[in-house]
Amino acid sequence: MSDYYDSKDLKKFGKIGEFESDGSPLADKFFDWYETVFQAGALTPREKGLIALAVSHAVQCPYCIDAYTVGCLEKGADEAQMMEAVHVAAAIKGGAALVHGVQMMNKTKKLSM
Amino acid sequence: MIRSLKKRAHELAETTSQIKILNGEPFSTGELPTFREKIESVGHFPLKPTAIEIFQVNVGYMCNQVCKHCHVDAGPDRKEIMTRQTMQQCLDVIRQGDVHTLDLTGGAPEMNPDFRWFVAQAKAAGVEEIIVRSNLTILRANKKYYDMPPFFAEHGVHVVSSLPYYKAGKTDSQRGDGVFDASVKALQELNATGYGKPGTGLELDLVYNPTGAFLPPDQTSLENEFKTNLERDFGIAFNRLFTITNIPVSRFLEYLIASDNYEDYMHKLVNAFNPAAVKGVMCRNTISIGWDGYMYDCDFNQMLDMKVDRKAGGQHISEFNFDLLNQRDILVSQHCFGCTAGAGSSCQGTVV
Repeated sequence: MSDYYDSKDLKKFGKIGEFESDGSPLADKFFDWYETVFQAGALTPREKGLIALAVSHAVQCPYCIDAYTVGCLEKGADEAQMMEAVHVAAAIKGGAALVHGVQMMNKTKKLSM
Repeated sequence: MIRSLKKRAHELAETTSQIKILNGEPFSTGELPTFREKIESVGHFPLKPTAIEIFQVNVGYMCNQVCKHCHVDAGPDRKEIMTRQTMQQCLDVIRQGDVHTLDLTGGAPEMNPDFRWFVAQAKAAGVEEIIVRSNLTILRANKKYYDMPPFFAEHGVHVVSSLPYYKAGKTDSQRGDGVFDASVKALQELNATGYGKPGTGLELDLVYNPTGAFLPPDQTSLENEFKTNLERDFGIAFNRLFTITNIPVSRFLEYLIASDNYEDYMHKLVNAFNPAAVKGVMCRNTISIGWDGYMYDCDFNQMLDMKVDRKAGGQHISEFNFDLLNQRDILVSQHCFGCTAGAGSSCQGTVV
């Protein structure tokens, strides 16, 4: 195996239960829940798609980024909305790193005269 | 402005080349089931008509636009045009049967010199519904078309027009620079004539199709969004929005291949196959007539030169036989997955 990521593998996600010993009860439960999560509720499917797109970037999953880029387009989101969602993810990721600077500052202050 | 596949002598201008691609990988390798196999598995093969109720007549491939996704490969360089004689043959057949709708398409149907004659004759013949699939920009392209909205209104024409988005960027990227602004002006003209306004009885519907290799959004929510945005930004009203899936034929097929999206798109269509959509596909109650009078199960089969089954009494309008055509086997291929994906797709939008 020469590559860690292959875009064709995304199509195999539905068969993730293949190695389960008795059918695929765990995978089936996951996909049932997954499908329900994205149905219209207090949030619209488009809002959920944009959240999923942002999270995909935060967890840096290339499969998820591909899947939710398509998903957002198919829910009628436009490029500007999708880019803003990515910036939200980036802001949280950046903020999460930066806020740890407080710990660094606390430690430095404790160690310093 | 891009040129048609035919003008460029592109390989895909040959329908045999397109069919070869649609029958090739990933279907020939068994990676994906063929459309025939798929509908066989749900008990719908051979696909049969309900009854012919809609005559969809393609009056010519000439168009003032060259949209990137056009399944007709239409454009200013296409000269194929229906003659008045063939239109008359269509009218003669319509008078014989239970056809309630005449659906005129192209190209830009308004560019056919006998277009007004055809509409007037159909109206006089008592056709219940006359649909014109207008690209909108033709209504503002030349002074000779400026009086088309009142002509439509006088004849009670139902106008159905493509507008892929309520903003300029996506619309122009698919249909050409300046198309959005011209479409907005045309829609305002149609509104001023009464189209899309409550109580006038003049129907104005819009058609959304995706601006790329993805499926359309939910029709109802997108219609609400279009109505809100077009009313707020341009004061435009319309009746319904139809969402239509792009079918992998002609220039959309060219785009899919050139952008390396073909295989993923076919996977998407097959994975989204909805057995419930099969019952409502438009080929079951529609017959498509080409500019030269040949008959097809739908406008997409027309562009692949898949004429109706020979056993249906003949393939030309001059040989039209309602009984045999209503019993024919509808010809299918892999492009048909476009009409059965998700909520389904037809010239009237979703089918489920």
